[in-house]
Amino acid sequence: MLSLPEAKMVLETALLSSQEPLAIGELRKLFDQELGADTIRRLLDELREDWTEKGVELVNLASGWRFQTRPAFQPYLERISADKAPRYSRAVLETLAIVAYRQPVTRGDIEDIRGVTVSPNIIRALEARGWIDVVGHRDAPGRPALYATTKRFLDDLGLRSLQELPPLEEIAKSLDLPAPSGEVAAAEPDGASGDDERTSPAIASAA
Amino acid sequence: MALELVHNQSQPFAKVRGEPLHELPADLYIPPDALEVFLDTFEGPLDLLLYLIRKANIDVLDIPMARLTEQYLQYVEVMRRKNLELAAEYLVMAAMLMEIKSRLLLPRPKAADDDELDPRAELVRRLLEYEQMKAAAQKLDRLPQRDRDFLSVEVWIEQSLVERLPNVHVQDIENAWRSLLARARLSRHHKVTRDELSVREHMAGILRLLAGGAFREFGELFDPLRGVAVLVVNFLAVLELAREGLIEVTQSEPYAPIYVRIGVAAADAQGTP
Repeated sequence: MLSLPEAKMVLETALLSSQEPLAIGELRKLFDQELGADTIRRLLDELREDWTEKGVELVNLASGWRFQTRPAFQPYLERISADKAPRYSRAVLETLAIVAYRQPVTRGDIEDIRGVTVSPNIIRALEARGWIDVVGHRDAPGRPALYATTKRFLDDLGLRSLQELPPLEEIAKSLDLPAPSGEVAAAEPDGASGDDERTSPAIASAA
Repeated sequence: MALELVHNQSQPFAKVRGEPLHELPADLYIPPDALEVFLDTFEGPLDLLLYLIRKANIDVLDIPMARLTEQYLQYVEVMRRKNLELAAEYLVMAAMLMEIKSRLLLPRPKAADDDELDPRAELVRRLLEYEQMKAAAQKLDRLPQRDRDFLSVEVWIEQSLVERLPNVHVQDIENAWRSLLARARLSRHHKVTRDELSVREHMAGILRLLAGGAFREFGELFDPLRGVAVLVVNFLAVLELAREGLIEVTQSEPYAPIYVRIGVAAADAQGTP
């Protein structure tokens, strides 16, 4: 049976060498289920503490825990990195925002809000990035696909759940506008990180 | 009605590096295609309308339709003249604006229903919803983004460097070699290769064939199945043997079969009587 400091080292090694975020469930397997989830969480908090003075940080994401470089160092890393991450166009970002805040939506819904047709390239780009995918079809003529954001979307933006999306700006409530108001419920403490499939934002959707 | 969107009249018209500008600099250079570049940046008719509304400090909850429609049409016309790719939606919106405008001009019936909506209501709703999403998009973009602002860490493990190859035992190699040899032996008889064409070799072959002193018909010396090249070499061998006197070539009469027999000299050499 490992000592706690040893267990912490095991966690550290596993997280550093993993290609994907690791959830508590996965991490428990490292110890053959011998350590409880609470113990692991405590160790992870300690580990996070241990790494505060380093260029790399331990973060808790929607899919689990992961080591990431700190944004402060990005300018340096870019000097030695060959490829530069592309910046997304406004069209892509607007589409993404609509899917994120109004999911699930069809392409038609997105077009209604943006006022222009949505190029299939935009959908493809977001799907290729792994940020949106088809979660079903609307029971309407043509059975259009319904899009929603993925866990990877949350991971890549450092969010633990859709609750943590930046709150929407308020829309004027006068004129009996059916448009929803923009308050989002405060982020909940990490009770079951990575366990929920999809948590909708706490926004009342338009009928 | 609560007017949520109030605009400051003394707002600077531009900000350069965070500093507000209240008047155009005298030495400002505007490149000739600036207008095209500018018009091209609109994401669609809603985007353009929002721009016009905000720029003119129009109260979005009480839009002066005539003025807005006119401005919108002017911009669309410029875009059309500059041959910018005009999405159909711009024209649809133009029609919509004109329709709203005309509905506002029509006199209201005396017994107006309570749910007679302001004809602008739907447009306003769409504009505000789009503006909300536009702002949300900008906020989303400002969140730290993986690969752009930070990277996920993955320590390189020895394991991932070396290709996992299957284990090979010495016995396997030996067995593989044995089966190779066996196959080679089998296939040697069926090998189809270019024969080393040696006239001397064929001469020896013919002599061996004729050993014993018997007469052989000319055709028996040749194997047509082995190809033309071999036939030619065989023939050369026969000629050479004949020249050296090692074989006797006889024919009883013209067009009769030709017979070949080992010659005296060769017979002596072979030890045949």
